[in-house]
Amino acid sequence: MKLRFFGRLRDAIGGELLIDVPPEVSDSEQLRAWLGQRHPALLDPSVKVALDDCILVAPQPIAGVREIAFLPPVSGG
Amino acid sequence: MIALAPHPIDPAGLLADFTRAAGGAGGIVSFSGLVRAEGGVTELWLDHHERLTPAAVEKLAAAALGRFALVDLAIVHRVGAVAAGEPVVFVAAAAAHRRAAFDAVDFAMDQLKTAVPLWKCERRGPERTWVEARVQDHADAARWERMDG
Repeated sequence: MKLRFFGRLRDAIGGELLIDVPPEVSDSEQLRAWLGQRHPALLDPSVKVALDDCILVAPQPIAGVREIAFLPPVSGG
Repeated sequence: MIALAPHPIDPAGLLADFTRAAGGAGGIVSFSGLVRAEGGVTELWLDHHERLTPAAVEKLAAAALGRFALVDLAIVHRVGAVAAGEPVVFVAAAAAHRRAAFDAVDFAMDQLKTAVPLWKCERRGPERTWVEARVQDHADAARWERMDG
């Protein structure tokens, strides 16, 4: 599964990770918690998760998803 | 024109093109945002997502066009490295009457600062600092929600 990180998370973790997710990790929040053990910055609730370009407002299953993006608070303009 | 630009932009040229194309408008308002050179900032680096970011800019443009009585709207935002003093964003709105054009540009800038997946990193020589939208930016953006209420 391809994970992508943006903004400050890119510096903290890297732009992209290809990982095998254990079978007990089945939704986006479980994935966040699992990754957060190693990368605590992901546990910040202000970090949003997007599954295949859809920014989530509630946890969603990750089975079959190609790309998961972690999006910290934005700062455009 | 709604675009993310990986290369330097020319607000004067963009405004001239926009003005030529905005037939029937009674007024045009434009805003050019520049990289402030304060605090030793030498460069901004703007991170973006190649699909989510343009989709969000298109969505905000559609929201502005739906909300205000506009003839046309332009949003051009830089991505990548932008040197201090250089333009980072250009927004222009053309309308029959000035109020819609002023409000649309104000609305678009508030949304760009708080709702579009763009991430600014300030560079001071070798030092890097990621920026987050300020409390004031969120308060500015919330004004439009209150008006919706």
